Amino acid sequence: MYQILDKQFLSPTIARFVIRAPFVTLKRKPGNFVIIRLDETGERIPLTIVDADPSEGTIVLIVQGIGKTTRTLLAKARGDTVADVAGPLGTPTHIMENSVVACIGGGVGTAELLPITQALRQAGNKIHTIIGARNRDLVILKEEMAGLSDTLTVTTDDGSYGTKGLVTDALSSMITGGIPFQAVYAIGPLPMMKAVSAVTRPHGIHTVVSLNAIMVDGTGMCGGCRVTVNGTMRFACVDGPEFDGHEVDFDELIMRNRSYLEAERIANQRFEAGAAGGAP
Amino acid sequence: MSVHNTLKPSERMKIPRQDSIEQDPMERSRNFNEVSHGLNEERALIEASRCLECRDPLCMNGCPVSIDIRTFIQQILDKDYARAVRTIREANSLPAICGRVCPQEEQCEAVCTLGKKHAPVAIGKLERFVADFEMERDLFAAPAVSRRNGRRVAVVGSGPAGLTCAAELAKLGYRVTVFEALHAPGGVLRYGIPEFRLPRTILDLEIARIRALGVEIHTNFLVGRTATIDDLFAEWGFEAIFLGTGAGTPHFMGIPGENAIGVYSANEFLTRVNLMKAHKFPEYDTPIRIGRRVAVIGGGNTAMDAVRTAKRLGAEDACLVYRRSRAEMPARAEEVHHAEEEGIEFLMLTSPVRILTDERNVVTGLVVQKMKLGGPDASGRRRPVPVEGSEYALAVDTVIEAIGQQPNPIIQATTDGLQVRKNGVVVTDEAQKTSREGIFAGGDLSRGGATVILAMRDGKRAAASIHNYLLSKVLEQERVI
Repeated sequence: MYQILDKQFLSPTIARFVIRAPFVTLKRKPGNFVIIRLDETGERIPLTIVDADPSEGTIVLIVQGIGKTTRTLLAKARGDTVADVAGPLGTPTHIMENSVVACIGGGVGTAELLPITQALRQAGNKIHTIIGARNRDLVILKEEMAGLSDTLTVTTDDGSYGTKGLVTDALSSMITGGIPFQAVYAIGPLPMMKAVSAVTRPHGIHTVVSLNAIMVDGTGMCGGCRVTVNGTMRFACVDGPEFDGHEVDFDELIMRNRSYLEAERIANQRFEAGAAGGAP
Repeated sequence: MSVHNTLKPSERMKIPRQDSIEQDPMERSRNFNEVSHGLNEERALIEASRCLECRDPLCMNGCPVSIDIRTFIQQILDKDYARAVRTIREANSLPAICGRVCPQEEQCEAVCTLGKKHAPVAIGKLERFVADFEMERDLFAAPAVSRRNGRRVAVVGSGPAGLTCAAELAKLGYRVTVFEALHAPGGVLRYGIPEFRLPRTILDLEIARIRALGVEIHTNFLVGRTATIDDLFAEWGFEAIFLGTGAGTPHFMGIPGENAIGVYSANEFLTRVNLMKAHKFPEYDTPIRIGRRVAVIGGGNTAMDAVRTAKRLGAEDACLVYRRSRAEMPARAEEVHHAEEEGIEFLMLTSPVRILTDERNVVTGLVVQKMKLGGPDASGRRRPVPVEGSEYALAVDTVIEAIGQQPNPIIQATTDGLQVRKNGVVVTDEAQKTSREGIFAGGDLSRGGATVILAMRDGKRAAASIHNYLLSKVLEQERVI
């Protein structure tokens, strides 16, 4: 069992958890993730390790309540436990050095971008960060990202905070404004990462994206997370989760990630019935 | 005639081989309960009486772990079932599992003298009978454990190879830690073999017994990522390491449409059900897509497990697509027979060409072509050759690929000096030693894809080698001092 030592809401639907998982901290690097399972009947889901403290034996996870599992986790309190936390998994991020880079986070993807941005800062990069969200409530980690970045731009779809528009609008104007980006690190919803890759492709800017494919084991055993990269089948759990955005078949992955929509609807209904006091 | 059996050999030969008592095929194809209930006492006694008690029993040579088969059958005839199971346990610590999943028809029963002219003695069923008797009567006596020597050995992977190695080393007094990447131990016995062939109560019981020997099992620990092999030596204080990580990376055919929704590797399909209990969704959270018609590609035991599982999940039609003929199918005859009884359709000499999908990339069909057998290939089996113009489409909504797997590459990629073949198989000598001092390997990791019993044999051999290695290390140190 892995105990929740702290929990803070960053927005009404996003919370930051500190969880005791000493073994996970030992070799963890930016870009690694864990697979968690809440309890005996739970599913296994991947979550990016936002931070880790080997001396305390703790990791930080930032979670948005979307499906049954993440909503159940969000309802847990300090002192509660999670049955399983396995990791660190995946291939760590390749961190550029002394370059000019853009860090682009969409929604809760900003949390996954935070440790990469920290590493990029330490590696002497000039960092232009763009945080995008649907609305003000979903803008997270603004101060943390600002502290690591040379410039910070926030965009919201509805204009309720920062600039009204998409992260790609901000990125395009930076590129046309003459910022000589050598790399872009983009983490967020698949359509966002696809759009960012489309913006950078004509400029030949190396673009790293992090793919949230559906996983079961997270160790390369099931192949459920297979993605097409440069025409080749790759497993997001071991070969990734990060790939060259110009080589990823986003449309295929977007469709694959819709495999269980009906099951997700049923599970969410049951969760809501349970939360409303009915039988789970 | 013998003191155990008063029948003359000629009389023994006339007795028909006894069948297991099985769940009705139509009934069982809708549930996950065990298919076979095994032999009852009456049938076991009749079956045991068929044994010719050969002076030089070939069956023992046919057994990968050399169980004294003749003796345990004689003990059955004497109705001393507790002793019979003890005889088996001297060579095999997991009799209830092997009695269920061993391919006896290729091993002990293949060389049974009676089998030359008649049906061989049902050795596997007898093994299961006494193992189940032991369980039901709670007769298990924990083996003697040597005085703890405090020396630490790591076992990576908790499948049949790892569990056997861990148990043997613990009995020799070592402090053994098993590292398992998943949340539950058992390896392929947990995620691969379905409940209807191997009830989880048996697996849980065997694992509890191994823990009772003092073996510690760390789940959620992926060696190569959570800690490397070098870390285990340098920082964790292990003096030797056994690698039994199996062959868990699934192969895909490389045909168009493979990444469509509704295409699974058999590994994923079986893991969702066996490990995650997707058949109990939404009580359990892990979902699975089954559809009305399911095609499973392959002809091995994994293909059989997948297609029979698909039927149990409610598929109206579940068929097997195999490019060679029935005779070349690697699956056990018993599994093929059970699948047929359960209404599985077999499309032999049929090879997949491409998967058809709709605009949402959901599977709508599988285009296949007929094959004919040509000359023998590298495996000695006749090579399937496509029949020109024989393509047709099967209307299916789920396609499961069970065409083989190879070792997971994570440890090989993070461990220097480990000799590995191109297909990811770790090279070992006969004593299960790898190219690196102190590291041993066995099971599918060093075989590429074999059986539970061979994995157990490797685990046992590795334990003996590790024991010798650590003893010689002490001697060397004493010489230096």
